Amino acid sequence: MVSHFNQEERQREIAAFERDLERIKDGRGMLMHALHLAQNRFGYVPSDVQQIIADTLKVPLSTVYGVITFYSRFTLVPKGRCDLSICMGTACYIQGSEELLKETEETLGIKSGETSPDGNFSLSTTRCVGACSLAPVVTVNGEVHGRMTVQEMKKLLADLQQQYGSQSESDEE
Amino acid sequence: MSMTIDKLKEIREETLKHMNLRGLPSDRPNAPYKWSVAICMETSCMSSKSPEIKRRLLDLIKRDGKEGEIEVVGTGCFGLCEAGPIVIVRPGDTFYYHLDPNDIDLIYEQHLLGGEPVRDLIYPESITEDGYLSYFDIPFMAHQERIALRSSGHIDPEDIREYIAFGGYEALYKALVEMTPDEVIDVVTASGLRGRGGGGFLAGRKWRATQASPGDEKFIICNADEGDPGAFMDRSILEGDPHSVIEAMAIAGYAIGSDQGYVYVRAEYPIAVERLEKAIGQANDLGLLGENIFGTDFSFDLEIRLGAGAFVCGETTALTASIEGRRGTPRSRPPYSADKGLWGKPTMINNVETFANIPYILLNGAEAFKKIGTANSPGTKVFALSGKIKNVGLVEIPMGTTLRQVVEEIGGGIPNGKAFKAVQTGGPSGGCIGPEHLDTPIDFDSLTEVGSMMGSGGMIIMDEDNCAVDVARFYMDFIADESCGKCTPCREGTKRMLEILIDITEGRGDETSIPRLERLAKTTELASLCALGQTSANPILSTLKTFRDEYEAHIKEKRCPAGVCKALTSYFITDACIGCGLCARNCPVSCISGERKKLHVIDTDQCIKCGLCYDKCPVNAIVKK
Repeated sequence: MVSHFNQEERQREIAAFERDLERIKDGRGMLMHALHLAQNRFGYVPSDVQQIIADTLKVPLSTVYGVITFYSRFTLVPKGRCDLSICMGTACYIQGSEELLKETEETLGIKSGETSPDGNFSLSTTRCVGACSLAPVVTVNGEVHGRMTVQEMKKLLADLQQQYGSQSESDEE
Repeated sequence: MSMTIDKLKEIREETLKHMNLRGLPSDRPNAPYKWSVAICMETSCMSSKSPEIKRRLLDLIKRDGKEGEIEVVGTGCFGLCEAGPIVIVRPGDTFYYHLDPNDIDLIYEQHLLGGEPVRDLIYPESITEDGYLSYFDIPFMAHQERIALRSSGHIDPEDIREYIAFGGYEALYKALVEMTPDEVIDVVTASGLRGRGGGGFLAGRKWRATQASPGDEKFIICNADEGDPGAFMDRSILEGDPHSVIEAMAIAGYAIGSDQGYVYVRAEYPIAVERLEKAIGQANDLGLLGENIFGTDFSFDLEIRLGAGAFVCGETTALTASIEGRRGTPRSRPPYSADKGLWGKPTMINNVETFANIPYILLNGAEAFKKIGTANSPGTKVFALSGKIKNVGLVEIPMGTTLRQVVEEIGGGIPNGKAFKAVQTGGPSGGCIGPEHLDTPIDFDSLTEVGSMMGSGGMIIMDEDNCAVDVARFYMDFIADESCGKCTPCREGTKRMLEILIDITEGRGDETSIPRLERLAKTTELASLCALGQTSANPILSTLKTFRDEYEAHIKEKRCPAGVCKALTSYFITDACIGCGLCARNCPVSCISGERKKLHVIDTDQCIKCGLCYDKCPVNAIVKK
């Protein structure tokens, strides 16, 4: 998932997205599918992409916006390079996932649903990834980390901060 | 390619030659393999590095040129997810658990090359005086009977040939060639199969209604939007045996007169989606989906549609709206889906597990199915057992098994010597069942009688450390968040109930709290548009019924008996203190004082109630009040 393109990359990605869209546009009820494609490619659904979807699928822009805001998986702001998600399903909750969320919010200085200003981290909560046997679980860019404790969360966050913090510096060079 | 029964049998026989060690219906001599190693490739085991174990083992086998002697199979779920990553060595079904990728080297050298199982890595409960129990004979598997999960753990879900070897697509052949659509529906009806997604509606009746509904175009939908937190049955079936669902959907298509099916699956299940895509591709390649299946004039296509994180989409009319590419809001019924479903056409929607039972029923007959389970709830039910229980995992039990058998015998009881408090079934629409009802048999009607419901199959065990009011608050938070907002009773009712529950857990409850909760619960139940709202108060009502004293302790005494609600909890040090100072050193706000080897004291005004001292104390001298 890439959400930090320069101008040229962005044009290329949009062209590729339009080609994807071209392939599915004749199917029935393809709006959700189109939005998944956009979310996966851009890390969010930018407003110009919404317009492209509306024009290609011939649905009103308001409908596109309405569907995006209904489903938690589609977002209007970019996700961070490192997308952290804490499971708040029942099994995880009763095994203490709220403590993990608190720890993460404090360490990263962002709340659930937010992306850090440097674009490194985004944090969200999810309703069960179905890995209840490993409760409580945290996913990092989709990868499941199970049987977490506050101590392990601290360690994981420190590792991620090192990994993604240094990446942003090298990007700026 | 077009498929015929001869070709199907040929694939079956060819594939069986290589599957001699895999728990097959009949023993086959002339085994090509000496050992068969099954490695669980399901979300939970995969995140405990089972793919790395598989890679490593394959490397070792390649290094020594043992490909002809040892086969390695990535399979679906075995059930005891707690012990993951799980590796089973056949013959013998020797059960290796909690493996580290390095451990596989030793198993390879000692067990596969030397013939001597590695005792230290074997699941302790399978070790007996004179050897090792098969995985299928361990206490966890007692009382279990696998229909929906019949092939899981035996076959490679990514290889359609192995599904065929286990009798796959024979039920489809039987339906298309030997039976009329009416006969198919008759068998399903006679089996008494009830919807496994939660509603418990008779599957056969739904099929019949959709068949009878006039229309030139009809649809079959598989509801794989497994939204209940703590439930992962459908994910496991899709990951472990996707073809059973595909085959059943085609059978349903034939029965009701539909040539197009959709599987609506959560985007949170990437592995299930990938396997399903692969399986649909393979079925198309072999002519088991597509045009003129088995040379008949029946054609059937299957598409996957992804959800996008909205709990309400598990409700059929919301799900239908979502497939059409709209906001997933429910509408009032009637008209029912059987008359006006997807794109206004007659549509039959069943859940994953319901479908997974269909091939078994067609092949074995309604009578065989009815022999399992109870009179009103025939067959089995898969449950995802999690929470405060030793054996976390996936269990499939005949209906009528008691909750006690599941908790104590299959589940192995509560860990850390804690006391059982409640079992939650039915997800956010269900309820908590207390210890007094542990002997309730598990079936649709009995669970409803004790104030909960069967639901889709999440079963979450709570112990004395869980607070009933906090659990109710948790579910209401979930529902208020997931309410789609279309109808006022649910949108506003759930928010107001949540506010009252937050007040109670934070010490602001008063004598009006419970009556207001009860009144709101009634209104929301009566006036909401869909089941999400209608059942939203169940977690409150069921906990109020069993744990009313706990609510009252929060309200009247401003005390949380389980010590969960932080605003109502204080920590104290008892005389058992040995004065080691561990608590004081760990306290983040330095509010614990005391001399060495003397009783320590917590300054409750300064205490932030983090609980660190409670966890650290080596002699359990710290109590929560």
